[in-house]
Amino acid sequence: MTDLPLLDRQLLFVSGKGGTGKTTIAAALADLSARRGRRTLVCEMDAKGSLAAAFEVPTLDFTPTEVEPRLFAMTMNTEDSLREYLRLFVRIPLISRLGPLAHTFDFVADAAPGVKEILGIGKLCHEVRERHYDLVVVDAEATGHIVGQIDAPRAIHELVKVGIVRDQTEWMLEILDDPARTGLVVVATPEEMPITETIELVHTVRTTTQVDVAAVVANRVLPEWFSPTDSAMFDALMSSGAQAALVAELGAKVGTVARAAALARARGSVAAEQLRTLRDGVPADVPLLLVPEMFTRGAGRRMVARVADALADVVQ
Amino acid sequence: MARRSGTRQLADLFAVKEMVVVCGSGGTGKTTVAASIGAQVASEMGGRVLVLTVDPARRLAVALGLGELGIESAGHVPVQVPQEAFAAVGHPCRGELWVAMLDTKAGWDDLIRRHAPDSATRDRILANGLYRNITGRFVNSHDYLAMEQLHDLHASGQYDMVVIDTPPSRNALDLLDAPGRMREFFGSRLLKWLTVPFRSRLFTVASKPFYQVADRVLGAQFLRDIGEFFALFQTMEDGFVQRASEVERLLTDEGTTFVVVTTLETAPAREARYLAEALRARRMPLGALVLNRVLPAEIRQVGVSAAASRLHDMTVSPSNESLQRVAAAAGLPPDDAARVLAEVADRFRETSVAAANEAERRRELEALVPLVVAIPMQPTDVHDLAGLLTIGRSLTGQI
Repeated sequence: MTDLPLLDRQLLFVSGKGGTGKTTIAAALADLSARRGRRTLVCEMDAKGSLAAAFEVPTLDFTPTEVEPRLFAMTMNTEDSLREYLRLFVRIPLISRLGPLAHTFDFVADAAPGVKEILGIGKLCHEVRERHYDLVVVDAEATGHIVGQIDAPRAIHELVKVGIVRDQTEWMLEILDDPARTGLVVVATPEEMPITETIELVHTVRTTTQVDVAAVVANRVLPEWFSPTDSAMFDALMSSGAQAALVAELGAKVGTVARAAALARARGSVAAEQLRTLRDGVPADVPLLLVPEMFTRGAGRRMVARVADALADVVQ
Repeated sequence: MARRSGTRQLADLFAVKEMVVVCGSGGTGKTTVAASIGAQVASEMGGRVLVLTVDPARRLAVALGLGELGIESAGHVPVQVPQEAFAAVGHPCRGELWVAMLDTKAGWDDLIRRHAPDSATRDRILANGLYRNITGRFVNSHDYLAMEQLHDLHASGQYDMVVIDTPPSRNALDLLDAPGRMREFFGSRLLKWLTVPFRSRLFTVASKPFYQVADRVLGAQFLRDIGEFFALFQTMEDGFVQRASEVERLLTDEGTTFVVVTTLETAPAREARYLAEALRARRMPLGALVLNRVLPAEIRQVGVSAAASRLHDMTVSPSNESLQRVAAAAGLPPDDAARVLAEVADRFRETSVAAANEAERRRELEALVPLVVAIPMQPTDVHDLAGLLTIGRSLTGQI
C-alpha cells in the first residue's frame, strides 16, 4: 500500500502457514536490518526453539540476547510479559512471585479472552513506542491465528469499557494502524495449501483490520531447470533409446542422475504453476518477493545469512 | 526405498488398531498421509474406516466427496467415498471409506450444547454478549474439540477404525494435553476467583490482591461480566471433566496408536523428535514415524556421483564421441544435447547435498523410533483417490 521500503518501518509481523519458513525469513529480515546499521529486535511469539536454532544459540528467552552486532533476539513468554506489564503500568511494587496465579496462568492465557494475545502484542508495541529498537521483527503466529493476534487491541478496545488496559489499546492501535510504522509480511512456499491460505489471509487482513500488508514472500522457490525448448530436448534425452545410449557410454548409474533431474523438473513445474496462482491471487499493489531454495548443508546462521543476501536483492 | 520389514510392520499395526492419531508439524503432508492410511486400510484390509480431517486442500476435498456438499456445510457429518471411485482406479474397496471434516468453527457452541446442565443455562451462555466476543475472537477450542469429536466417533461403535488428522496447533502437544488442561482449569483456584463476586463475603485474603489488580487493569464492570460468564461456565464442570477424563483414557488405550509424520528438513525433523519424546513421556503409544517426500534412495548409492562427473566431462566438447552417440540416439544436435546434459550433471550436485542432509537426519530419527517408513517424493502433488492409494500402498508395502 505504501511505497515505504520494508525495512524502514518500525514493526514487521512475519506470518505464514506452518512449515513455510517464517522463522528463517523473520531472522533474515532482522539480520539484513542490523547489517544496514539499524538496531533490531526479532521476537519469536511461539517459543518452539526455531529462532534459537536459526542463530545457533542454545536458548532464547524474554530478555533479549544480542546474537549479532545490533541484532537482538527474544521469545515471548506470557508469564514474563504479565510480570513486566504489571511492573510498568500497574505499579504493583512486589510481584516477584505471582503465586497460584502463575500455576494456572498458562491455561487462562489460552482460554480466557485475549490475555495471551494482548500481552504479546502489548509488549511488542511497547518496544516500538519506547524506541528501544529501530525495527522490531516478529516471528508471528501462523496464518490461522495471526489475525487474532494483530486484532487483539481492537477487540479488547471494544470489549472493555474502562480501565488501564483499554487506555493502552489506544496507543497500540495508533502504531498498528499506521502503515508507515507497521506492516505484515506473509510467507508462502510454492505449494497449494500455503498459497491458498496466503491469498485468504491477505484478503482477510485487508478487509477486517487496518494493518498494512507490506509484502508476500514466496520462499524456497525452486529453480526452473530448463527453458521450454530445452525441456523438450530433455524429454528426448529421457527416451528409452537415449537412456540406453547413456548407460552404454557411462554406466548404469547415470540413469539415477537422469531420473533425479526428471523429478526435479517435475517439482519445478508444479512450483512454477503455484507461483503463478499466488501472483494472480494477491492484489497487484502488494510486492511479491522471491527467495530461492537454498541447497545448504544445515539450517543455522549460514542459512539465515544466505536468505538475507537473497532478500537484500529484492528488498529496497 | 521403504524397508520391506518396516512396511510389513505398519500393515500389521493398522490391522489391529482402532484409532490412529496422525501428528506432525505443519507442511509435512499429515492430511494426505492420514487420508492415505484410511483409503489403504479400507481398500485392502476391509472394515468401515473413518478419516477425520482438518483442512484438506480443495482438490482433495472434492475428490473425496467433501466438496459436493460444500466444504463449509459438510460440518462433521461423515460422507462415504463411493465404492465406484475405488473401482474406477482399479482398486475395488474391500471395506468402506468415510470422511468427515472436523467442525472447527462451531467449536464452543457445540461444547456448550453438549455440556450445559440444562437448556436454560445453555441458552444463557449462548446468548451472553461476552461469550460471543470471547469465543469468536480469542478462544482456540480446536484442540479440545478435536479430541471430543474423536472420542464421540469412537464411542459410537460405528467404525472399525478412525484415523484423525490433527489440527495445526501452535504446539503439537496442545492437542494431547487439551483434555488434561480442561480438567485442571475447572479445578483451578483461578476459576474460583473469577466466579466470586467482587464484594462477596467469600472474598478471601489470598484473592484480594488478584482482584485489586484485575479491577485497576480491566475495570470493575468487565470483571463482573467476566465473573458472571465464568459462573455459568462452572455449571458445566461435571460434564467437561468427565468427558475430558474419558478422552485422556482413549489416548493411552491399547487400541490407539500415534503416527508422527515429518519431512527430512531440519525444523520438521526437530519437531518430530520432540513429539516422539513427548508421546513417550505421556505414555501414548507411538506406532510409527512416517518420512514424507523423501528423495529417491538410489541417489545415495555408490557410483552415482561419479557417474554425474563423467556425464559432465562428456559434455565439455561437442566433438566427444560418446556425446555424439547419445545425441544421435535422442535425435538432437550434439551441442544442444551437451548443454542440456551439462545442466543435468551440474544440478545433480545440489540434489546430492540435499540427499546427504536427509540421510543424516533420517539416521537420527531412526535411532529414536523403531518403526520408520518412507514415502518417496512424488513428481506431482496428491489430489485424488488414485494418489492417496499410491501413497497408502507404499506405506504398507503393497506395490
